[in-house]
Amino acid sequence: MSLFITAGYPDPGSTVELVEELEASGADIIELGMPFSDPLADGPTIQYASKVALDQGVNIDSIFEMVRAIRNRSEIPIVLMGYINPVLQYGLQAFFLKASSVGVDGIILPDVPPGEFPEVEALCSDYDIAPVFLVAPNTSEERMRIVDQASRGFVYCVSVTGVTGAREGSEVSLSVGKFIDKVRKNVTQNPILIGFGIRNHQDAMAISGKVDGFIVGSALIDHIRMVYSRPDWIRRTGTFVRHLKYGVKTGSDKSE
Amino acid sequence: MKTAKSPEVASAETPDKRGFYGKFGGRYVPEILLPALDDLNAAFADVRNDASFQQQYQTLLKEYVGRETPLTYAGRLTGHFGKARIYLKREDLCHTGAHKINNAIGQVLLARKMGKTRIIAETGAGQHGVATATVCAHFGMSCIIYMGSEDISRQKLNVDRMRLLGAEVRPVESGAKTLSNAINEAIRDWVSNVDDTFYIIGSAVGPHPYPLMVREFQSVIGTETIDQSLEQEGRLPDYVLACVGGGSNAIGMFYPMLDYQDIRLYGIEAAGEGVQTSRHAATLTGGHPGILHGSLSYLLQTEHGQIAEAHSVSAGLDYPGVGPEHSFLRDTGRVTYTSVTDDQAIEGVRLLSSKEGIIPALETAHAIAYLHELMPRTRSDEFVVINCSGRGDKDMETIAKFIKQP
Ligand SMILES: Cc1ncc(COP(=O)(O)O)c(C=O)c1O
Repeated sequence: MSLFITAGYPDPGSTVELVEELEASGADIIELGMPFSDPLADGPTIQYASKVALDQGVNIDSIFEMVRAIRNRSEIPIVLMGYINPVLQYGLQAFFLKASSVGVDGIILPDVPPGEFPEVEALCSDYDIAPVFLVAPNTSEERMRIVDQASRGFVYCVSVTGVTGAREGSEVSLSVGKFIDKVRKNVTQNPILIGFGIRNHQDAMAISGKVDGFIVGSALIDHIRMVYSRPDWIRRTGTFVRHLKYGVKTGSDKSE
Repeated sequence: MKTAKSPEVASAETPDKRGFYGKFGGRYVPEILLPALDDLNAAFADVRNDASFQQQYQTLLKEYVGRETPLTYAGRLTGHFGKARIYLKREDLCHTGAHKINNAIGQVLLARKMGKTRIIAETGAGQHGVATATVCAHFGMSCIIYMGSEDISRQKLNVDRMRLLGAEVRPVESGAKTLSNAINEAIRDWVSNVDDTFYIIGSAVGPHPYPLMVREFQSVIGTETIDQSLEQEGRLPDYVLACVGGGSNAIGMFYPMLDYQDIRLYGIEAAGEGVQTSRHAATLTGGHPGILHGSLSYLLQTEHGQIAEAHSVSAGLDYPGVGPEHSFLRDTGRVTYTSVTDDQAIEGVRLLSSKEGIIPALETAHAIAYLHELMPRTRSDEFVVINCSGRGDKDMETIAKFIKQP
């Protein structure tokens, strides 16, 4: 299970502690979102979290500091996820150098598909940062093989044709059912993690037999937004994550 | 006399196969959109050589838009400056009141050819939205127009027009609530409905092949201007001016002229309250290269690469990016990019209205206003062409507000 949070959301001071709680509650990979002013592949939840983080002054340097602090205490794989422009302005070379020195393991840049920005792919290999690329329901089989070739760590399988954010009913599992066999057949060198729209344990279970893991982002951020006013919001978030991963044990268990 | 040699030679190289103009352009988009861009690229390549498509396009330009638009000699304006003769390329006389419809017709025809049933578009000043809604009404198609709520309030007339034409106008509340945010929302819609939806971009921006496509559908402006200049003046113009928001009217005017090195080309951006302030939209003057909306181009942005809010009194120029080919032409020096402020633009509206009886759009007024700087450098045996990209009816409320101020 991979969990996405926007770095610096809900406040920059708690990201390191939050990541620790996520790991203790069952996260296997942490995706740290680098907020961008114009997140055009994201739905309202991540748009909101990005804005909150940016309003509090989060930038790439402060994210590198967060990663360094997490690395002092944990070996959990950290994948940075964000749009290319802030990375470009930081300086491509400088970004990858710094990322590898603070202990970043991988990177997801949704607006840089394989082949469209070769310099980025070369830097990933020079600095040993795993490039994670995406496949979607409308990706051709030939293209899936290209994505598999270009990726390391895992391939990010987008569950639905759309932007990030929670989905209604069984939309995700219905959509995944239609194209996952094609993905399995063509993505053979990397684990396949599926993300976009997964809200809870049932959603995850409905698809997890067919893939190597799942990613939750918007639902986690929605949860944090709901409990943030409580003093014990980090612990409550841990409970939410355990429910995500293992399910709710008893019918009387009141989860947030 | 300058000869009208074929302008295809040197410019045929831009963009390259991958959609780059020098280092600018490209396709920096989510994987989900790549198949759509591939299909679009293939369909566009087909229609470029498809005689029946071209004939349908030309017929609509003639019989529906009212092309060709005149090249009007502006006698009193010329007299006002007492230097080179001034002509206006009258895109304001296009059906719906601006050049935007040249592109909307081309893209709607392409959408129909590709069997797409759902049309979406973004709009700033509302002119592209009106043009898209108009062409959709003409073909009995429905469309959805994304528009920032700030623009909805300052271009109300155009919102009413779009609704009357049967379009659904969806307000966008994020960021500065202007053109750039409307493009974000249109892209999100496209990502979510990519199978049946055609996204009609209204300016020479976005991922390849959009900047190329918009250039091609707007090049009729420059091609006609060349012919009319030869007919009316017996030679090509010495100076050509166009305002630059995303850059569609400018590239349509400039592209056919690029190889005529003696024509001096000027793109005029919106300096808002001044390029030295943070409230302007002069991307090529005050920005740095970066990636937004699928391509690499000059951008207004913070040192951390966050997109800055643009500002201009004219909604159509109020955009922190610019088409990638303009970035290329800026760096090669073929086109000179400069800017004028809100106040100068308002003065430009007044000048053209009072001297020629033509009320220009606030966007267009930026090009008019630059005459104050350009004309003293010209000679009376030269002539200037200004692309009069649109008419000012939509801006009357804004203009009235400014003119009342002391
Ligand atoms: C009349 C007019 N001119 C110019 C523009 C600016 O767009 P572009 O730079 O793409 O021509 C607009 C945009 O709305 C417009 O309505």
